[in-house]
Amino acid sequence: MLTYIIKRALLMVPILLGITVLSFGVMRLAPGGPAEAQMDFSAKASAEARERLRKLYGADQPFYKQYATWLNKFVTLDFGVAFADGRKVKDKILERLPITLTINLLSLGLVLLIAIPIGILSATRQYSLLDRFTTMFVFIGFSTPSFWLALLLIYLFGVQWGILPISGIQSLDSTEFSAWGKLTDKAHHLVLPVFVSAFGGLAGFSRYVRNNMLEVMRQDYIRTARAKGLSENVVIYQHALRNALMPVITILGLSLPGIIGGSAIMEQVFGIPGMGQLMFQSVMSRDYNLAMGILVPAAFLTMLGNFLADIGYAFTDPRVRLH
Amino acid sequence: MNNTESFTAQTLHYLMKNRLAVIGGILVLLVFIISIFAPLFAPYNPSTIDIRNILIGPNLSHPLGTDDLGRDVLSRMIWGGRISLEVGFVAVGIATIIGIFLGAISGYYGGWIDSAIMRSVDIMLSIPTIFLVLAVIAILEPSIINIMIVIGLTSWMEPARLIRAEFISLKEREFVIAASAMGASDGRIILRHVLPNGLSPILVSATMGIGGAILLESALSFLGLGVQPPTPSWGSLLSSGKDNIEIAWWLSAFPGLAILITVLGYNLLGEGIRDALDPRQRE
Repeated sequence: MLTYIIKRALLMVPILLGITVLSFGVMRLAPGGPAEAQMDFSAKASAEARERLRKLYGADQPFYKQYATWLNKFVTLDFGVAFADGRKVKDKILERLPITLTINLLSLGLVLLIAIPIGILSATRQYSLLDRFTTMFVFIGFSTPSFWLALLLIYLFGVQWGILPISGIQSLDSTEFSAWGKLTDKAHHLVLPVFVSAFGGLAGFSRYVRNNMLEVMRQDYIRTARAKGLSENVVIYQHALRNALMPVITILGLSLPGIIGGSAIMEQVFGIPGMGQLMFQSVMSRDYNLAMGILVPAAFLTMLGNFLADIGYAFTDPRVRLH
Repeated sequence: MNNTESFTAQTLHYLMKNRLAVIGGILVLLVFIISIFAPLFAPYNPSTIDIRNILIGPNLSHPLGTDDLGRDVLSRMIWGGRISLEVGFVAVGIATIIGIFLGAISGYYGGWIDSAIMRSVDIMLSIPTIFLVLAVIAILEPSIINIMIVIGLTSWMEPARLIRAEFISLKEREFVIAASAMGASDGRIILRHVLPNGLSPILVSATMGIGGAILLESALSFLGLGVQPPTPSWGSLLSSGKDNIEIAWWLSAFPGLAILITVLGYNLLGEGIRDALDPRQRE
């Protein structure tokens, strides 16, 4: 088991290196760069000033040297400064992280709260009316563009009925509110973004729980549990559910890149100053340090999620270890 | 079930018995026909500007209303469907060809080349697709062709994994060993003997991939990075819908509905094909 873990951990090194090379390469191939990013703020800068900036950020060096310099700093957790405003990448990220985390954790909670019971019910009542209904819902959920759903909800709740704010995370005059007022104000702003983020995940998760549940219910130990006279509730909620939910946890790790991608679009629609928006802006303005500072830790977390999932599988299924 | 029936005929038979798959197939066909014959179905020229009829809600002469330049929304949606479908098909074609090529090499030869390709898959899957797409679009400039290429280049991983798995299980089978004993070259074995027998999972992933590609195209065009106005695609129509959301709901509602219906069709059909191909479902 230990050799498997070590082997699997060593495999992560080339993958991580590959991730950094690929994303660094893609970012550097594009026209524009540090000089151009700052020129937005000072359009009349001379060619000389441009050259100075390029030197300052090392953009005049060959690709492999730039990469080596960047990597050297990155492994010491020095993410560098953003080109656009010269602020530390780390500070910029830490400032944006809470809002994106809040939205995604709330929506994840919502998803699990709804998807697990739905998945169990449609598995234990396969082909029932409820199962058919959720199956249809799952397909529609998979096929709905999230930004379109966001637009519709913005129109209905924000424009037509005027009961929810349509953009941002707080009201313009929220500084004058009491602490309680600020909290409810924020909650108000988060209702639509959280719901929209949850919608897509809901379909996938309930399907996943259902399929796992069906798979587990076919196993011999479930038949054994029934045969020895355990009540149906004990069989389902103690024997089957535990085994069915195990792989669900691993899916959480795998869904991380999707969460970041989804946040980019969702934050753009709702005008939320979060990580997704920051990533979008940094890629579009070729702000390498910033983009890499967001991307590489995210990719690392995804890999870590994969790693833990594989270790989990190896613990439960000895066959995995042999390969 | 008649045993003499071919595998394809059997699969089709099971597909037709699946009500959701049939609904999916009808949706796919409907959108396909309307897009191909767009000039016949569109009541107006999609780019005719009519400044006397700007932002008019759905009515008898314009069933889905008009946009901020007085263009007919229904006509733009019908022509936009053409673009969205084109992007979906070509992008999936690119992804499938890359996936088959890499997956076949990986599965057939194994060893270090297999490890190298599979690690590349891991790398691609760890990076959020939207990041790669955004970064590549910034290099290539947004256009319809580039969108197809970018989506294709970022979605070959699933077909590659599927083909690899098929090759690993098929290459040990007697008919493949027999072919190689008779002196067939690697290329011939891969193309003539293994590949035709390992294509069915690809059929499912390609069908559902078209839906995924249409969604991705619409998201990119929505962000202003895909199909550029005035060319209509469902995503670029939604993008202008967003700018007018407070005054003209119909600009957002209908193009999104078209995406939903089309993607739903491909997903239902793909899932139906998966079930029809799965022998465990045939009892």
